[in-house]
Amino acid sequence: MAETAGPENLIVLDGVEKVFDVRKKTGFLRRERRQVRAVDGISFTVPRGEMVGYIGPNGAGKSTTIKMLTGILTPSGGRLRVAGIDPSRERTRLARRIGVVFGQRTTLWWDLPLIDSYRLMHRMYRIPDARFRENLDRCVELLELGALLDVPVRQLSLGQRMRGDIAAALLHDPEVLYLDEPTIGLDVVSKAKVRGFLRDLNAESGTTVLLTTHDLTDIEQLCRRVMVIDHGRLMYDGALAGLHEVGESERTLVVDLERELPPIDAGSARVVRVEGPRQWLAFPAAESAAPLVARIAAEYPLADLSVREPDIEAVIAKMYAEKTNS
Amino acid sequence: MAETSRASEPSRLREGLRAYLLISAMWIRSLMAYRVSFAMTAFGNFAVTAFDFAAILLMFSQVDRLGGYSLSEIAFLYGVSCTAFGFADLAMGSMDRLGRRVRDGTLDTLLVRPAPVIAQVAADRFGLHRIGRLTQGSLVLVYALVAADVDWTPLKAAMVPLMLLCGAAIFAALFVAGGAFQFLAQDAAEVQNAFTYGGTTLLQYPPTVFAKDLVRGVTFILPLAFVNWLPALYVLGRPYPLDLPEWVAFTPPAVAAACLGLAGLVWRSGLRSYRSTGS
Repeated sequence: MAETAGPENLIVLDGVEKVFDVRKKTGFLRRERRQVRAVDGISFTVPRGEMVGYIGPNGAGKSTTIKMLTGILTPSGGRLRVAGIDPSRERTRLARRIGVVFGQRTTLWWDLPLIDSYRLMHRMYRIPDARFRENLDRCVELLELGALLDVPVRQLSLGQRMRGDIAAALLHDPEVLYLDEPTIGLDVVSKAKVRGFLRDLNAESGTTVLLTTHDLTDIEQLCRRVMVIDHGRLMYDGALAGLHEVGESERTLVVDLERELPPIDAGSARVVRVEGPRQWLAFPAAESAAPLVARIAAEYPLADLSVREPDIEAVIAKMYAEKTNS
Repeated sequence: MAETSRASEPSRLREGLRAYLLISAMWIRSLMAYRVSFAMTAFGNFAVTAFDFAAILLMFSQVDRLGGYSLSEIAFLYGVSCTAFGFADLAMGSMDRLGRRVRDGTLDTLLVRPAPVIAQVAADRFGLHRIGRLTQGSLVLVYALVAADVDWTPLKAAMVPLMLLCGAAIFAALFVAGGAFQFLAQDAAEVQNAFTYGGTTLLQYPPTVFAKDLVRGVTFILPLAFVNWLPALYVLGRPYPLDLPEWVAFTPPAVAAACLGLAGLVWRSGLRSYRSTGS
């Protein structure tokens, strides 16, 4: 406890590595051993109360990181602390202070009514009665679980089960909530419910949240900070907006002219497409659109225009591609 | 693991026991929602195991002795083995589900809870219906105690509960070691069952009907002989297999403790390897 990184930084990673020995069959009885660096020297800190997105393609090392942060996996190297605790050494002590939701596996008891899982959490985590009642009531209300409490978990829909899982992870007032793909496979309405709840949770209770996702809308709507991991390395750590600059992404100005004209000549913007009187101009996302619009309006017969934001997914895909090529 | 050295062993044991009771109580409660179904599976468990003994009775309709042993003597061996195994199966029988949990990744969900994993795995789907086997074994044991021609002494009488306790512990160790093996080979539930369920069937017959090498194997390698053969032969006043000295009849507590200790180490290394590979 003495080496706690202070109350500000709840999660501290310093050069954390995870190396797996993978054995591959190369012939009858012959096997080749190969080392895979699933997490290859990652360092970051997460202050208390922050909500961070952790994204990357499949096999990038996201889940491995989460598993090390929860104490499931033992790191091969580096230093890792959550709430001042070394997760792999004091897994059960840490368990009382963290909540974990695995999108693709439930922590609920499959064959039992939802409420039974909660009652068990109550006793297993030794949650004081009043506290349990209060937390359960709040989760039931905000996650709309009232009608589901007596239903066996296996009969719940994916969205209902996910909400049930999130509630289960919060009954013991964890300081950190890890969410591994919390919206995977959910329909639009369920996704919106889950996101709304997480936003409120973070704002009201100040629970620190680390979430991995494939759905960038999760990040856009929930996280001010995003970390991008690929091939076990941290490629970006900062504001979501900053990704555009790093990714050298472009915004698009769609211009409707009064008649068909040759491609517009407007400085740093270049015409990427012409279709009758409509033209598409690409310009760096970091630049303001105002001078460009003013210049076009002054020099051309303008009927209408609109600005399209860059597709964050494309930005990230571009980042991965650049990294792989270099 | 330092995890175990920081929290003292007794408190870990208490935590494990508490989690075990909490989880198994939950399964019993859910089972009781379907009383008829429970009664039927428990009876089925009773009936299936009773066939084993029916087979022995059938043999005795043709012969008076089996391997030199009378029916009541064999019933004694059978009762002790089956009852001891029944306790272990009731308490730890769910360990063979570990492989499936490793395969589908749900073991991870147990690792993020504040309780020892072994207690959570053992109590998973606690099968109270296994009480059927226990009941059947105890009935045969009661019959044997009444019918067998034994010169009861206080020591011999004390041997009976001791055998059940140590036998249950030896079988429980086998369940734990078998579970730990499934960290490495995730589809090895049947291998485990061969040793546990197969072991108890073996012990239902006297050692004299088996080949010497097999008897050696279950004495010195997989110490099943200490569940009932060696201590029971003392009670029955029978000669020992393999010319073993008489005092081996009193070694089951030490053997059981050693088995449990060993199983604990195997479990710990299995869990450690899982946590370093996460496969």
